[in-house]
Amino acid sequence: MALQQITITVNDLVEVVDVPHNMTLLQMLREKLSLTGTKNGCTAGECGACTVLMNGEPVNSCMVLAAECDGAKITTVEGLARDGKLSKVQEAIIKTGGVQCGFCTPGMLISATALLDRNPHPTEQEIRQAIVGNLCRCTGYVRIVEAIKEAAKA
Amino acid sequence: MINPHPGLPELQYFRPGTLAEASKFLAEHEDTSRPFSGGTDCFVRLRDGILKLDYLVDVKGLKETHEFSFDAKKGLTIGAAITMNRIASNNDVVNHYPVLAEAAGSVASYQLRNRATVIGNICNASPAGDTIGACIVYDGVLNVHGISGFRQIPLNSFFLAPGKTVLKPGDVVVSISLPIPPDHSFGVYKKLGRNTIGDLSIVGVTVLGYPQKDSASGYGFRIALASVAPVPFEAHKAEAILAKSKISDEVIAEAAKSAMDEINPIDDVRGSARYRKYMVRNLTREAITEVWSSISK
Repeated sequence: MALQQITITVNDLVEVVDVPHNMTLLQMLREKLSLTGTKNGCTAGECGACTVLMNGEPVNSCMVLAAECDGAKITTVEGLARDGKLSKVQEAIIKTGGVQCGFCTPGMLISATALLDRNPHPTEQEIRQAIVGNLCRCTGYVRIVEAIKEAAKA
Repeated sequence: MINPHPGLPELQYFRPGTLAEASKFLAEHEDTSRPFSGGTDCFVRLRDGILKLDYLVDVKGLKETHEFSFDAKKGLTIGAAITMNRIASNNDVVNHYPVLAEAAGSVASYQLRNRATVIGNICNASPAGDTIGACIVYDGVLNVHGISGFRQIPLNSFFLAPGKTVLKPGDVVVSISLPIPPDHSFGVYKKLGRNTIGDLSIVGVTVLGYPQKDSASGYGFRIALASVAPVPFEAHKAEAILAKSKISDEVIAEAAKSAMDEINPIDDVRGSARYRKYMVRNLTREAITEVWSSISK
């Protein structure tokens, strides 16, 4: 299997990785860099558990080849906290109880972070639209939406 | 049951430096290679084993695929690398081609729209393609680079069957050009999914209307239907009804009924053929009524 060397910045750390051509960004994060916060759900771009920021915008990392990411800047859930302090969306989702099994949470946090980056004061409808691609089977979404509202106020 | 393993089958990733290189490579590996940009359709099909490839040719490194320009005389050009989110939020698209902006914004989720492209949607040739109807009613023309250079293919002669188009080995669809829409046009995209946002269409109805001096009714309408035929479908008989008679609620209902009678949908997991027919009639009537109330003011 042919390998390609890529240089990629993940959570502000520059990494040089040899990746097989058919390896997805999701696999690279989990298997090569041991960043297992990003989850493997449906592998079809539906569930959003694998959402990461690629050059500041959310993408499904199961739908991106690692080989395409040469030179890209990636932020995973592990990169949201700064200097040991959780981000405001992370703080808010704990406060509102928006986590149950936790499998959707990393992707949800990334989508919420991206939303607040592009729209710091979203309406409830805008919040719900922004997490259309993040499926949660536990919470019923209400507390997650509350968390994003809280974070927007913080 | 498909094992949800994150990997893709073994294949080679190829990033050509020029269009000529891309076309040459694709022609040399005609049955085993495919151009891609976002990969949102072909990765799923590769994982499911429906699509078998040895090479994926990434065209978004080619500068021609990044064209995204609007000219008040020539119209809009959208390159193959331009994502749905960029199209849905672009001011020129929103102001001059609002139905395309609406359709692009209705595709799947925000994350997926950061990868999915209109050209990919078209080349995937699914009858359910959300943005294809808008590109048809705006008279889109594809700019294609093949082994013998550039040529243009009008969208209305592009589709042959589900997943099948007139493209030949070596062809790369570089961009789509949409001429300036008719003056005072207005359009809507009505999408019926299992949920209100983020799903594939059970039926999709795109209607564009505009004042037209040489038609008997004084107005022209374009009606494109998704998920109702083997290829994206334009309801020409319904359009003719709206062109020849003075527009009224009855004429609109007749046109909507005609759209229903023109189509030949299938039963599948998302809906029955019968349900689709009735929903096409209802949504077409709703869409024409909305368009009519806007353009007849």
